[in-house]
Amino acid sequence: MHILEERQRQVHRKGSEPFDLDCNKQSAAGSVSQRACVFCGSRVVLYPIADALHLVHGPIGCASYTWDIRGALSSGPQLHRNSFCTDLKELDVIQGGEKKLHKALTQLIVEHQPKAAFVYSTCIVGVIGDDVEAVCRQISAEQGIPVLPVHSEGFKGTKRDGYRAACEALLKLVGTGDPSGVSKASINILGDFNLAGEVWMIRKYYERMGLEVTATITGDGRVDDIRRAHGAALNLVQCSGSMMHLAKVMKDRYGIPFRKVSYFGIEDMSQALYDTAAHFAGVVPGIQERTVELVRGELQYILPEIAEYRKRLAGKKAAIYVGGAFKAFSLVRALRHLGMDTVMVGSQTGLKEDYEELRELCDEGAIIVDDSNPLELSSFLSERQVDLFIGGVKERPIAYKLGIGFCDHNHERKLALAGFEGMLNFAREVYGTVASPVWRLTPRGSAREAAPCR
Amino acid sequence: MPVAEPFVSTRNPCKACSPLGACLAFRGIEGAVPFLHGSQGCATYIRRYLISHFREPMDVAASSFSESSTVFGGGDKLRRGLDNVSRQYQPRMIGIATTCLVETIGEDVKMLLNDYHPAAEPAPDLVHVSTPSYRGTHVDGFHAAVRAVVGQLAEAGEPTSSVNLFPGAVSPADLRHLKEIASAFSLDVAILPDYSDTLDGAQLEEYRKIPEGGTPLASIRAMGRAAVSIEFGRTLEGSATGAAELERKFGIARKTLGWPVGVVESDRFFSELSAISGRPVPQIFVRERGRLVDSYVDAHKYVFGKRAIVYGEEDLVVGLAAFLSEIGIQPVLCASGGQSGRLEAAVAAVTASSVGPVLARGNLDFAAVRELALEMKPDFMIGGSKGYSIARELDIPLIRVGFPIHDRIGGQRILHLGYRGAQQLFDAVTNTLLARAQDRSPVGYSYL
Ligand code: SF4
Ligand code: SF4
Repeated sequence: MHILEERQRQVHRKGSEPFDLDCNKQSAAGSVSQRACVFCGSRVVLYPIADALHLVHGPIGCASYTWDIRGALSSGPQLHRNSFCTDLKELDVIQGGEKKLHKALTQLIVEHQPKAAFVYSTCIVGVIGDDVEAVCRQISAEQGIPVLPVHSEGFKGTKRDGYRAACEALLKLVGTGDPSGVSKASINILGDFNLAGEVWMIRKYYERMGLEVTATITGDGRVDDIRRAHGAALNLVQCSGSMMHLAKVMKDRYGIPFRKVSYFGIEDMSQALYDTAAHFAGVVPGIQERTVELVRGELQYILPEIAEYRKRLAGKKAAIYVGGAFKAFSLVRALRHLGMDTVMVGSQTGLKEDYEELRELCDEGAIIVDDSNPLELSSFLSERQVDLFIGGVKERPIAYKLGIGFCDHNHERKLALAGFEGMLNFAREVYGTVASPVWRLTPRGSAREAAPCR
Repeated sequence: MPVAEPFVSTRNPCKACSPLGACLAFRGIEGAVPFLHGSQGCATYIRRYLISHFREPMDVAASSFSESSTVFGGGDKLRRGLDNVSRQYQPRMIGIATTCLVETIGEDVKMLLNDYHPAAEPAPDLVHVSTPSYRGTHVDGFHAAVRAVVGQLAEAGEPTSSVNLFPGAVSPADLRHLKEIASAFSLDVAILPDYSDTLDGAQLEEYRKIPEGGTPLASIRAMGRAAVSIEFGRTLEGSATGAAELERKFGIARKTLGWPVGVVESDRFFSELSAISGRPVPQIFVRERGRLVDSYVDAHKYVFGKRAIVYGEEDLVVGLAAFLSEIGIQPVLCASGGQSGRLEAAVAAVTASSVGPVLARGNLDFAAVRELALEMKPDFMIGGSKGYSIARELDIPLIRVGFPIHDRIGGQRILHLGYRGAQQLFDAVTNTLLARAQDRSPVGYSYL
């Protein structure tokens, strides 16, 4: 397998070499990176805010490709599921798109009466010189709602920068509402996007513990909740890659402490609830007892079935390639819970410390990779003879073409994988793909069956 | 009531962007790798969109512009990108399309490529197509790429008796059927592009860097010597296509036909082949046509007078409109996000036999389709999966055809073309209507 020269240091094999992984850099020209762009990062984070208008400023593609593909649910308004775009044309490119933007925003705000509007600048807006800030300010004054520019020109960095741009936009909302009436025992849920209703599940856990949830940012998000989010007593940050910036600034600005949590897998899920309970121990009487009770009840319900799957999955090998490294930690642990070994793990946007932690977590020989591409991934899957690949839509055909089981753990998925119930879904999903009889009919499956030791 | 001003924004697009079409076309050439010069994100989105339809690996390389490339130009990125792709994939051709960013900064890609000295041995053919999305849709990008390929690779020489066929963005199943038809006529037909294998391939034990299949480069070079070019797409008439390019450069006759959807449009195609080959239509297709018309008769009452909304790329819409009209279904709305300006005339030309008025509109988005649909009392919709929310709101069935189909499997296996394709469409439409009536009936007969 040929690994591009520029990328040699972005692949590490545990045990074989000292750890010195290169990451957080621009994709090599000509490599088929699985990464998206700054815009994608911003869109992923802000999209679930259901009562806001999301307008993509640029030519049509970026908007077309992000129209209603995500499983981010709303319990009320569905405005976010539309795709609105200024759809710039040649003349706009030459003369500038400000006028069109102004008119587009005005019409859409009048039509849909959103609580706020986000305006995403895509690549060419960054070079035709539109003053998007000024247009947003003007519309905001005219229409009386917050109109927030999101500086998400795709080429100006990576998805990570898009997360940051989204957080900057959110920070213009936070603190503009009235926090009176927010209880001392209240939290914000950050970094869960309510895929397949996950935030509803998590929210229920916290409420059963005796906490109040002020804002879910951004899963099933509402503008008014975000505006008063600064009244909460604690920020719980999942998917720390995307929302850390928001949490940090809220700490500096409003003195709200934060905790990193993950809701994937039994250990991480339980830990998140225990940590939160400990935080509120002095404020909410009985919270720790209630939490122990809650976790016990949930586990009682899911563990017997999971044990069955574990019996059949034990010793199987898995590979993981996801957007953010933080999710990968939870996945390695969750797979271990199913008796499976992670032999390859990588992410699009991990940082050095993330990869170090992953290295700690994995067994000897594991391949750790940053910003990989289909050719590398396919060769790793074959080399390590994996039974399961976890990734997103772009990784799926690589696994399937080679006759390997696959589990979608990305933003497009429609299955809840967070929480205790999610762990059960995850186990079913993994079992359902690894144990499927179809593999026997594939070239790789029949070769394996013919081989003596497996 | 004052007439509302049209929305200047696009609300729920009925189109994708130009480089997507170019990537799709390049994927149908043997040994080719699609390459986007410009931003990385576009390539990834395009891949995801195509993968979700075809459910096959779809690698698109990108030169990955950074901020400095927009200031100092992307020449260096382009050269390094091409070298890296050559090293990793050993392609025989690299199809280079551009994203909006590169077009906007006015990069002279042609000049950059002229100055580029490939490190790889043997050097791959480089085909460049300019695909600014602010000028056209994915379908325009598709045709532009096909035109660039023949324009840059086809060669003059000793004339042959072979036929060039430019089918447009049809399905892999359609491409397979076209090949079968060509061989039944004993014609030597070069189909461009041909992603019937590259985007609908078998399981592999070893990953292939570039999937097997596609139009061979040798066939493309020989297109400059063919006897005739056939292209599908009534809205292409008069526009700069691959066939037009071959006519201009090599004087090869260009025949523009509609997508052969339904009996009447298929008849035109078959008789064209018959004329070219000097052979009668092979028996197998004569019988297929016979069975098809027989089924039309058997089921005509179930479908008569039903109202359909048709949407998607312009030439598929024209084909479907022709098909629906000939079976007695009224295509009340024929909508497309396409911008050729020729949709209305093309639909009118094929729906003369329609049982009622037909409205054709190009340059529409789904929000506009929805607003029109609410008034039209359609019985069903037919098109890609992006119309689902409207069908759901209207509580009518959606029959999935064309591209993209992101909410069902098998989009690549839908056959639209020829008598056989019409048979499948006809059965699907009729049975959908029957099922709906049966499900809604208070009685629920199991005998119709
Ligand atoms: S910038 Fe242009 S090429 Fe890129 S996704 Fe948007 S429309 Fe397509
Ligand atoms: S144009 Fe820019 S913002 Fe849009 S998808 Fe491409 S890289 Fe991303």
